[in-house]
Amino acid sequence: MNEEVKLLKGNEAIALAAIRYGADGYFGYPITPQSEILETLEAEMPWETTGMVVLQAESEVAAINMVYGGASCGKAVMTSSSSPGVSLKQEGISFIAASELPALVINVMRGGPGLGTIHPSQADYFQATKGGGHGDYHLIVLAPKTVQEMADFVYLGFDLAFKYRTPAMILADGIVGQMMEKVVLPPARPRRTKEQIAEQCPWAITGKPSSRKQNIITSLELDTAVMEENNNRFQRTYRLIEQNEQRCEEYLTEDAEYLFVAFGSMARICQKVIDDMREQGIKVGLVRPITLWPFPTEAVNRVSQRVKGMLVVELNAGQMIEDVKLASQCRVPTYHFGRLGGIVPNLGEISDAFFNYFPDAKK
Amino acid sequence: MKEELIIAGFGGQGVLSMGKILAYAALMDNLEVTWMPSYGPEQRGGTANVTVILSDSAISSPMLDTYDTAVILNQQSLDKFESKVKPGGTLIYDSYGIHKAPTRTDINIYRIDAMEATFEMENAKAYNMVVLGALLKIKNLLPIESVIKGLKKTLPERHHHLIPMNEDAINRGMSLVK
Repeated sequence: MNEEVKLLKGNEAIALAAIRYGADGYFGYPITPQSEILETLEAEMPWETTGMVVLQAESEVAAINMVYGGASCGKAVMTSSSSPGVSLKQEGISFIAASELPALVINVMRGGPGLGTIHPSQADYFQATKGGGHGDYHLIVLAPKTVQEMADFVYLGFDLAFKYRTPAMILADGIVGQMMEKVVLPPARPRRTKEQIAEQCPWAITGKPSSRKQNIITSLELDTAVMEENNNRFQRTYRLIEQNEQRCEEYLTEDAEYLFVAFGSMARICQKVIDDMREQGIKVGLVRPITLWPFPTEAVNRVSQRVKGMLVVELNAGQMIEDVKLASQCRVPTYHFGRLGGIVPNLGEISDAFFNYFPDAKK
Repeated sequence: MKEELIIAGFGGQGVLSMGKILAYAALMDNLEVTWMPSYGPEQRGGTANVTVILSDSAISSPMLDTYDTAVILNQQSLDKFESKVKPGGTLIYDSYGIHKAPTRTDINIYRIDAMEATFEMENAKAYNMVVLGALLKIKNLLPIESVIKGLKKTLPERHHHLIPMNEDAINRGMSLVK
């Protein structure tokens, strides 16, 4: 096993992890701040080693539909983009979810709305966790805070997508995408053979043997009764995912009197704020949702019962705070702090916001 | 050990690659490291900066309000970052193009004439290595061997014949510090 420690950008880590996972195909279109994913894959030329296809499509819409096609055949396929590009992919994502197909979509978020800026943002939380495209569906949404997690979540994302036959998303931001850190890439896996795919994905289009009926992949069902049953099946899957897959990290929550809730890069910035406040004797902790959907309701609910108040810090105008309030049943005062449009708050701004909302914490 | 640095200057001066070499050198020394660039539309002529954190324990935030050390290569960056050096910290600046020198008295200020040195060396491309040499002399962050190993990691193999030239530039930078 190769335990070599590498220094990589988050985007590079995603690309290298995809090859090592044994992914069958990547289809994408460049956009800052995630273009290094496609660049790194092109430079690595995995089509000559593992046989993985890497294709720069003519547009984001084409890329997501190539993913739809690959996923229909049981292949481990992925695409990546940043906010405006991910908006373009939403129709395809809805189709993939409705066709109950596994796929991995990566969004390295930048400031919006519209074309916005190229700087870091977390303003696509609603889009990622509440649907994004049309219809009643969910993605499994993973929020990495380190370059190591960028690599690891490629594996986790694909594994969960195949386990539940539903698309997964890595929701990162420009900070985690652009920064370099130490990484140990997960162990390499061979790409699955045609036979393994046929065995593991009996639903996939792999060529019809005489032993079974043909497989049809479609999201269209004009019979409303059947379509409702399809929807019920999707919902049963989502309940199962909610039961099994809530993930979060707790930092100094044991004796915390006040709680920060933040995901991705903002969780790290909050950790630094917390360390500084702890030095002043203020008992603060952090809950970091790792799965944004399913939201770690259980953990947030549990920790909220012990604290006097919560500050949700996000690079948006207040999105995850809704899930925090629902999870904690609005038990304690819960406030939001964020900067918009690609601005990352400095540490002082965050602690100022905290003391503004919780002046008693100083006593 | 924990060192929080910002390196700031014009795009094209090699600010980001200098940070990268430092980060690779830290990797060679088994330290934890984060390298966080400003990644706006900075090209030659615009400003660029990179935050590098070296530590022997896990690093939380890759972005900071204040720094132990600031390496400043143009006036805009000096204006922006002089106030952000921690009291007792270090500010290293190249005097070239600086018309308003730093004024703080509670930090250690080093003026290095790196740009002038590269004129004398007739090798403008080695500028960031001269600056890196000065930084290493002043702060003694990492052994030079780790830095050379870091250089080897950052440079593609076809450019490895340039390593002695870079090493010379680092030494030249070290000699600039009195």
